Amino acid sequence: MSAFAVTFRRELALLWSGGGAVAPLGYFFGATMLVPLAMGPDRALLETAGPPLVWIAAALAVLAMLERLFQSDLEDGSLDQMLLSPSPLEFIVLAKGAALWVGVGLPLALAGAPAAIALQAPVERLPAIVLSLALGAAAFIGVGLVGAALTASVKRGGVLIALIVLPFFAPPIIFGAAVASGEDVAAALSILAGCALGAAAVGPIAAAAALRLQAE
Amino acid sequence: MFAFLANPARFMAFSAWAAPVLFAGALILFAVGIPWALFYSPPDYQMGDTARIMYVHVPAAWWSMGVFAFMAGASFVSLVWRHVLADVAARAAAPVGAVFAGVCLITGSLWGAPTWGTWWEWDGRMTSMLVLFVTYLGYIALWSSIEDEERAARLAAILCLVGAINLPIVKFSVDWWSTLHQPASIMRSGGSGIHPTMLGPLLTMAGAYLLLFGALTLMNMRAAIFRRRVENAALRKAQS
Repeated sequence: MSAFAVTFRRELALLWSGGGAVAPLGYFFGATMLVPLAMGPDRALLETAGPPLVWIAAALAVLAMLERLFQSDLEDGSLDQMLLSPSPLEFIVLAKGAALWVGVGLPLALAGAPAAIALQAPVERLPAIVLSLALGAAAFIGVGLVGAALTASVKRGGVLIALIVLPFFAPPIIFGAAVASGEDVAAALSILAGCALGAAAVGPIAAAAALRLQAE
Repeated sequence: MFAFLANPARFMAFSAWAAPVLFAGALILFAVGIPWALFYSPPDYQMGDTARIMYVHVPAAWWSMGVFAFMAGASFVSLVWRHVLADVAARAAAPVGAVFAGVCLITGSLWGAPTWGTWWEWDGRMTSMLVLFVTYLGYIALWSSIEDEERAARLAAILCLVGAINLPIVKFSVDWWSTLHQPASIMRSGGSGIHPTMLGPLLTMAGAYLLLFGALTLMNMRAAIFRRRVENAALRKAQS
């Protein structure tokens, strides 16, 4: 089995044994719940402004998963094993990102449907919102790999990861919010797909470069 | 020249006279530029004297991007050629660039309040400029949070190179998106569209900001090298 497949299966197994997507989903729903509490009971306001705020909750949920992504590997020596493997570190990092997307990103995208309904999104928009969240989660994870790799040696680096990674979360959120509010859905989805592909291409390369430095 | 200055001793000898000279040059250009901009240049035909804040806002905007480009270049040199002082230069330039970005955002907001009727707008230019400012903060925070200096240098270099993607976005945001911010009038194909009586003080202020950046960065680098020497001396003393 290739290193990619091995890493992918290992990451999914670790995620599953660590509670799976329960914690990030719980965080996602909790954050979604705070939005109408903050906006007040005005239903018209929630209908216009509510659905895009599901993206804030999604970004927070992904951020929460990033801190331990490489830190545990650095601490227990798995990172050294990954460096010794004949497969390039970039593929192994891509496998970790892919496993995180399948294990957390896709459940988040599906959970975006009830969350968007709770924020008064019309039912016709739900398929587009779920698709946009899936693409957006991929973009978040691709960039998050870089942030997690840069801060792998910093204890309690969660806040630092957020500071580093938030500028790059901006484009997916901008276009994802456009899909959630129903304007220019096709164009916004295309650009979101571009963000996801770009992050998947560049993220593992930068993250692998950073991880090689961490392991020294 | 950069290879010549890679030797810290030679760099310290160079910057011992270069930093004060650049600082003096900056003071002179500010002394010329500020009165010229505030008193002796023409008021704008639409905005009147409010437009004079342009002479503070525009150079700060230009150089906040220029400093990040400098940091990206220094980071690249540091990663590829292991140049001894390149990462010191990038770290020294970061606070200066961050302050320029902050000045750009604040003066832009002050300018926009009377002329556009709003303190802030989430259009392409302002959003990407704010992203640049946050990127500066993240870069500075990353340096501070990693104890091993060499590792911190390389990781920060990676972050700076990844963040450099934002620079063309900031520059071309006024062309790519319909935006409240004025489109490019100076650095554009077809030549600049600004009148010479305004271009003069603008370029003078831009030169003043540039010399100030050079002086402050050299001073920061000198401080960093002095700090390293003090730490090494303390280590040696503790070991003896």
